Amino acid sequence: MIRKTWAIAKKNIRIYYLKGPVLIFGILFPAFLFLAFAVGRNVPAESLVPGLIGMALFFTASATTPAILPFETRTRTLERLLVAPLPLSVLIGGDILSAFMYGLFLSAIPIAISFAFLGASFAQPLAIVAAVLLSALCFALLGTLFSSPATDEPSSIMTLSNLVRLPLIFFSGVFVPVSGMPEWGQWLSRISPLTYTTELLRAGIGQEVQIGAWWCAVALVAFSIAFWTVSMTLHNRNMSRRLSL
Amino acid sequence: MSAVIEVEGLTKRYGDFLAVEDVNFEVKEGEIFGFLGPNGAGKTTTQRMLTGVLPPSEGRAMVLDRDMVTNPVAAKERIGVVPEVANPYMDMTGWQNMTFAGELYGMPGPRIRERSEELLKQFELWGRRDDISKRYSKGMKQRLILAMSLIHDPRMLFLDEPTAGLDVESRRMIHGQVRERAAAGMTVFYTTHNIEEANVLCDRVGIICGGKLVALDTPEALKSTLASSQSVEVAFSPSADLSVLEEFEEVTHGEKHGDKCRLFTPTPGELIERLVAFAQESDRDILTVNTLGPSLEEVFVSLSTEKPSDQSNDGGRS
Repeated sequence: MIRKTWAIAKKNIRIYYLKGPVLIFGILFPAFLFLAFAVGRNVPAESLVPGLIGMALFFTASATTPAILPFETRTRTLERLLVAPLPLSVLIGGDILSAFMYGLFLSAIPIAISFAFLGASFAQPLAIVAAVLLSALCFALLGTLFSSPATDEPSSIMTLSNLVRLPLIFFSGVFVPVSGMPEWGQWLSRISPLTYTTELLRAGIGQEVQIGAWWCAVALVAFSIAFWTVSMTLHNRNMSRRLSL
Repeated sequence: MSAVIEVEGLTKRYGDFLAVEDVNFEVKEGEIFGFLGPNGAGKTTTQRMLTGVLPPSEGRAMVLDRDMVTNPVAAKERIGVVPEVANPYMDMTGWQNMTFAGELYGMPGPRIRERSEELLKQFELWGRRDDISKRYSKGMKQRLILAMSLIHDPRMLFLDEPTAGLDVESRRMIHGQVRERAAAGMTVFYTTHNIEEANVLCDRVGIICGGKLVALDTPEALKSTLASSQSVEVAFSPSADLSVLEEFEEVTHGEKHGDKCRLFTPTPGELIERLVAFAQESDRDILTVNTLGPSLEEVFVSLSTEKPSDQSNDGGRS
């Protein structure tokens, strides 16, 4: 089954990495959003690092999976996958693997910039590695959850995903650390998986944190399990409806 | 021959809508089984249940001794499927599509390459293997889909409207490949609404209407069920009066067509014997004699226009 999962992931890499909606909502949009926040403000460059890396991971890893199933439905390639001898978990697993790799590859750029030019330091390298890997997985799974409605319109799903993703970045410690938020904001931040990414990254580069590194790692794993469970239930329920579109 | 598909009480509901109702049939090893029906009759839904794409609401489908309902992954390993509306990946080349199909069946790399070359040559796509399939014609895409479905050398092939909208050349090639593979022992489940295609290709056909299987037999046996449409056309020298010929007990009624008489009968064989005897007794020569059966299309139309609820559904008419 690992080989089959990898086969699906390779196909996704070949076809979907350079699709317009993926590039726009996965790279360009967050890049400009971050620049709009950072440029011209008098904030230490180092304090921008967790937000920059967190946002890159968040937007890139959750960008491809919402596009894949609607595209496969529209281009009439989905049923060929469904007649192959693989469970739905392998099919979705391949999508997640390709999204995870997309997140890792593309977030490598802001990570490199952060450590080369923005003065970030490796205070706790393990925390940084854990933040990157766990977050890429968690956000890839979140993307799978976005793709669960039965539609053949990729734009509908990208809109839906942005409806969720955009508000999240404002109370997840991306622009303002969790410790700097009002009390209600700090409570609200606990329901966002992105909060645990930024907090874990802050711990990794030696900045003050509100939530311990271990708790952040556990929270990201818990979110991943929840996203997987809910998305598989929804995909199982909606797959036959996709075929009638 | 043993049954390779055994379907019992197969039913599919979408809310209150009954798409397929209590369908029962068997398909024997090595036969080309045609599954016919008008649009919306439940053909594709049935094929999707048989290929593990849709779970049935009720019933059982055994395919090659494996339960497609409880163990679909194992059952899918030995079948090839061409879905009704399926495309290859347009941004991938013919070769990449074949390789991907092989990987989905867990085949080793050298075997994938060997089978891909063999099949692309058989389907006359070898010369275009490095072109992205977006540049293929519709016929070429459909041939590629069929080649992809055969990559793992399946024992059984499910085809859903594989020649719909294709040019003559591609249609002939697909028919030829189906016949060749059936002759080599592969079982083929061929879903179509094209009656003539089923007539010339299939050993047996099942006809589904309104979600119910209303007929199941060989094309010729199904034609003979429309007894009132069977006739014998005969011409004598000197000619005989139609009224005389209509007196024969085998004849239900007759029609005059030029110098020929068309005599409708449920027993054409017995009528021909009577006509030969009549010619000898009345010192006439038989100039021409032809048996005219109903076409499969007439059977199809007749069954399609009957209300499915009026049909018994114990495996259809056979």
